[in-house]
Amino acid sequence: MTDPTVAPVLLIALPIVAAAVVLLAGLRWPRSGWPISLVALVLEGGLAAWLASAVFGDSGRLVHELGAYGRPGENEFAVGIELVADALSATMVGLIALIALSVLAVTRRAGPRGVPFYAAYLMLIGGLMGVSLTGDVFNLFVFLEITGIATYTLVASNRSAPAAVAALKYLIVGTTGASLYLLGVGYLLMATGTLNMADLAATLAGEPSFVDGPMYTDPLVLASFAFIATGLFVKAAIFPLHTWQPGAYDEAPDGVTVAISALVSTIGAYAFLRISLSVFTPAFFEATPIVATVIVTVASVSVVAGSALAVMQSRIKRTFAYSSVSQFGLVVLATGIALHPDAGASAAEAALIGAVIHLVGHAVVKGGLFTAAMGLALDSDARTIDDLAGLGRQSPVLSAAMALLGLTLVGVPPAVGFLGKWYIVIGAMNADLWPVAVVILLSTVLTLAYVARLFEQLYFTPAPSGDEAGAEAPADTSDDHAMAADGGNSADDGTEEHLSDPTPGAPFGVVAVAVGAAILAILLGFAGAEFADALEPFVTEVLGQ
Amino acid sequence: MTPLVDVLTSRYAYVLFALLLGIGLYMIVSSQNLVKKVIGLNLFQTALFLFFIASAYLAGGQAPIVHHGGKEATYVSPLPQVIVLTAIVVGIAVTAVALALLVRIYAEYGTLEEDVLREVRSDD
Repeated sequence: MTDPTVAPVLLIALPIVAAAVVLLAGLRWPRSGWPISLVALVLEGGLAAWLASAVFGDSGRLVHELGAYGRPGENEFAVGIELVADALSATMVGLIALIALSVLAVTRRAGPRGVPFYAAYLMLIGGLMGVSLTGDVFNLFVFLEITGIATYTLVASNRSAPAAVAALKYLIVGTTGASLYLLGVGYLLMATGTLNMADLAATLAGEPSFVDGPMYTDPLVLASFAFIATGLFVKAAIFPLHTWQPGAYDEAPDGVTVAISALVSTIGAYAFLRISLSVFTPAFFEATPIVATVIVTVASVSVVAGSALAVMQSRIKRTFAYSSVSQFGLVVLATGIALHPDAGASAAEAALIGAVIHLVGHAVVKGGLFTAAMGLALDSDARTIDDLAGLGRQSPVLSAAMALLGLTLVGVPPAVGFLGKWYIVIGAMNADLWPVAVVILLSTVLTLAYVARLFEQLYFTPAPSGDEAGAEAPADTSDDHAMAADGGNSADDGTEEHLSDPTPGAPFGVVAVAVGAAILAILLGFAGAEFADALEPFVTEVLGQ
Repeated sequence: MTPLVDVLTSRYAYVLFALLLGIGLYMIVSSQNLVKKVIGLNLFQTALFLFFIASAYLAGGQAPIVHHGGKEATYVSPLPQVIVLTAIVVGIAVTAVALALLVRIYAEYGTLEEDVLREVRSDD
């Protein structure tokens, strides 16, 4: 058990087995879902830490061959499926394990709860781990669909009809995207005869003796990349393929929105990063320069359009949802810059580090923002931005968390949002892609516009019904609310445990996670340099310098 | 023989694949009925299955079972067949979830037509 190469297998198997255990135990003990999930996800966190320490420590890259089929010969294709953990996968695994536990804390009292929720949620975590760790393009499709199916059910898990409509739309668009990805995989299989990522990269480069030279300009390979990229752009919600996303985020139960906003689109963007870097490799983009230009253009449109749409929304969750369209555009944009043939070594390196930091940073920030929004909705039933009026006094802790995270999203130093954008802009400038730097600046201004609206409502607009409370005894009421928001529920745990209705006011878990996300976003900003150093070997390896 | 006839006679499986893919996608995009959208999705996936099967076809090929045809026999690659099997399972799971959601929507709104649904929901 001391060999860390078993960690990837356990990381994927544990949540999926736990999902089955939750279902079975639920038949006998309907309230056992939470403790079982907690145990499973704490173990998962330990495994993730083990994997990360091995990958960032001495091992570098871990490979586990499922079933130990191995390879028939030295230069022949792998027979079975390989699980591969490198610095990028280990980062994703750590992120997923952390957010998985946070969401469990968020949903503990505020819901959704119940056996079906925990089973679907654990399946989701298993699927996400699978996508992060697999080294096989078809296996990636399977895990992408496990993630997808779990997400569709979670979106509809509060049994409300609008959520069912949103989930169905998500299902139809998401499955079409996954099918396009599968079609791309089929083209790759036809062109090369293998599904293993490392073998694909070698075959496309023309290394095996049975192919004559690099295949990068083969129409089949180009079409394959087009289908795969389109499919994954659907999953990552890149404009104009984002249409499923605002509805799904808005209608899903609040706790579910936290999980899917932080993890599900993130895994789509990760998959795009992984396929571009490890399967097609920078050499493909060098052989056909137009591809990187198209990616940069599409992503730039997404960055601006997402921010512009976010400014126009009146509902809080929709604003944050469109903001995600813009932020994932930024991640894809950074990938495009890193792979752009015009980008030199230093530009590509900076852009790629920026992409990874922004991917992680956005997950933390957006998860925190949705948690804060959930807390404010529980405190004061605030659903639209206008509802936030005066909440800076009523729920000071949650408002402060939302405000801080909003600033992080804009990119105010020293938080993580600034760091990611900084690296991406450095990359764009070093690559002489000046229009891209302008695009990022423009989107920052638009982001500032909608974050400023949040600020204005939270802190500078008086509460509409607060006449009597606001004028007479502001100190008293705000203290009461602060108490309720801070820790009121932890004191009542014993007496209210058996009540099905959540108590009014945000439970402790929600507040703690929102504050934790804000603190983590700032700490990550300070730890950015160390993180960039840790990624350095991976970055230089995949960029082939 | 003209190139078109040549394609139709020797590559008809791929032509069928492209047709099914197009029809499926068209149904997903243009149909107002949600059930028909799901059927379109299934058609779209079926086109993919056909594509994989067609790409794996080998004239005179044998099933890749040990000791089945001896060392000299030509074997079919098992990989695409396995992919199709897995993809069928994934497709069924997705369809099951979609149908469950449709039942929920119909129970609430009493319609599966997208335009009617939009009107009903805007009244709420």
